[in-house]
Amino acid sequence: MRWPDRLAGVIGALLLLAVLVPMGLMLWSLLEQGAGVISVDFLLDDPRQAGRAGGIAALLVSTGWILAVCLLVAVPMGLGCALYLSEQVPAGTRRAQWLGGTLDMLAAVPSIVYGLFGYQFFAISLGLGFSLLSGGLALALMVLPLMIRSAEQALRAVPLSYRQAGESLSISRWGWVRRILIPQAAPGIAVGIILSIGRALAETAVLLFTAGYVLRQPDSLLDSGRALSVHIYDLAMNVPGGMPRAAATGLVLVAILIVLNLSVRRLLRPAQGAWQ
Amino acid sequence: MITISSRFHADSLLTWLLRLTGAAAVLVLGGIIAVLLIQSAPFMLEHSLALWRNDWQPGQARYGMAAMIAGSIMVSVLALVIAGPAAVLLAAWLRYFAPLARRPVLALVELMAGIPSVVYGLWGMLVLVPRINQWAPPGASWLAASLVLALMILPLALLVTDTALGQLPGRYLQAGQALSLSRVGMLRRVLLPQAGPAIVSGLVLQFGRALGETMAVLMVAGNVVRWPTSLFDPVRTLTANIALEMAYATGDHRVALFASGLLLLLVTAVLLALSWRLRGERHEMA
Repeated sequence: MRWPDRLAGVIGALLLLAVLVPMGLMLWSLLEQGAGVISVDFLLDDPRQAGRAGGIAALLVSTGWILAVCLLVAVPMGLGCALYLSEQVPAGTRRAQWLGGTLDMLAAVPSIVYGLFGYQFFAISLGLGFSLLSGGLALALMVLPLMIRSAEQALRAVPLSYRQAGESLSISRWGWVRRILIPQAAPGIAVGIILSIGRALAETAVLLFTAGYVLRQPDSLLDSGRALSVHIYDLAMNVPGGMPRAAATGLVLVAILIVLNLSVRRLLRPAQGAWQ
Repeated sequence: MITISSRFHADSLLTWLLRLTGAAAVLVLGGIIAVLLIQSAPFMLEHSLALWRNDWQPGQARYGMAAMIAGSIMVSVLALVIAGPAAVLLAAWLRYFAPLARRPVLALVELMAGIPSVVYGLWGMLVLVPRINQWAPPGASWLAASLVLALMILPLALLVTDTALGQLPGRYLQAGQALSLSRVGMLRRVLLPQAGPAIVSGLVLQFGRALGETMAVLMVAGNVVRWPTSLFDPVRTLTANIALEMAYATGDHRVALFASGLLLLLVTAVLLALSWRLRGERHEMA
């Protein structure tokens, strides 16, 4: 091996270290601060003293409702739009380009802008106020492009021969979509849903002034409620002495996201095996 | 007959439903632009020049955003300068020098890409800011914000670069080996220039992500509205400003925040168009 190649090998390894060390430090600092706080009670108790004491039960409930609203809107809309793209818009046409461009733009819009829009449109114009409903709806719009793109990819991966077989049996369009296309694409669509859940759980800026940051257990969808991510921000920035519980909440959130990531891997693996 | 007509009914219903959801995606984007425009247009027509001044004092009806615009740009540019080359080199190294490490590292990087920005911010507050504070107080600074952002955009920049390199035809590599070029020479003269437009296109999008990031920056940048003169000065970005002040802003102040949101949206659109253009050129070349 020549010396430039050897040098490049060493530089690459050093760079990898430069990325891995900060990531390791991140996990370590979260554990150092938060591990002492985590227990079953932490998950089951409501927060007390603005979050300095107690647990995160109310936040898990709020997060769950926000997520439910988000998915209830984003999954049907996303699947519909993906079906529209894969079934009714031939690739390469003007309409496909325009829709694709719109989706790229939606995906690139900064999350704080979704927050502004959600605040003005859902909370004020529609009169939903700071509520789980406003937050979930704003979040749904934010994850929509991701949901559409991953579902579209799954639908387009269904082999053309299936479609031809369906057509030769003169199966109705609705029958084709319901009985063959969606069941065949189901694992890919599931991946899209899981990715959307991950994105929604990780988001904070959208929720700051749509779902608000009330710490109580919500009584209805029109109550304000604080998501886990907002809790981390608020404890770390605005509550003196909140750091251990901010880190512990961060650990819980990261643990959930790792589980989601692993389930995506598991879902994708058999499909890859079948094709390769 | 009945089955055929009901079938026809279900099919046309499906067609219309799908059209409707397709239109909804366009409506969402249109709605976002419309709401921001309606909210901020009267104000911008009246104060269009004042927005570019350097004095943000909402209490005294001064809404100059220049320092925060500069803050946003400086923080993101430095983040890209740190993360961009690192991501490109690392992706090339994984693909051509350490293929065995590639899969596990990419799996880890995908995981990193999913970690919430508040957690990156928390890491900045726990690890980075105290260290920088020992060195050059106050710690929460332009440098801290850029480092956190760099770590945040690195995963996707790396994945995009890896994809761009993966799309190069294998015969380039074979030809290079036949000419017994060194791998570094191969990368520098052939592979990276060929994948260049696609890589830069991806990096432009990551720059847009850095500009639009709110939470991680908000937690470590110090948030003082001032033109930063050194790496260790606190800065406030446009996004952080919206997050900090929206909760209590009223009247013109509130409208000024919507105007800054519109500005962010415009810049994002320009960056996206630039990224498309770069990618389009690559198609023409191939």
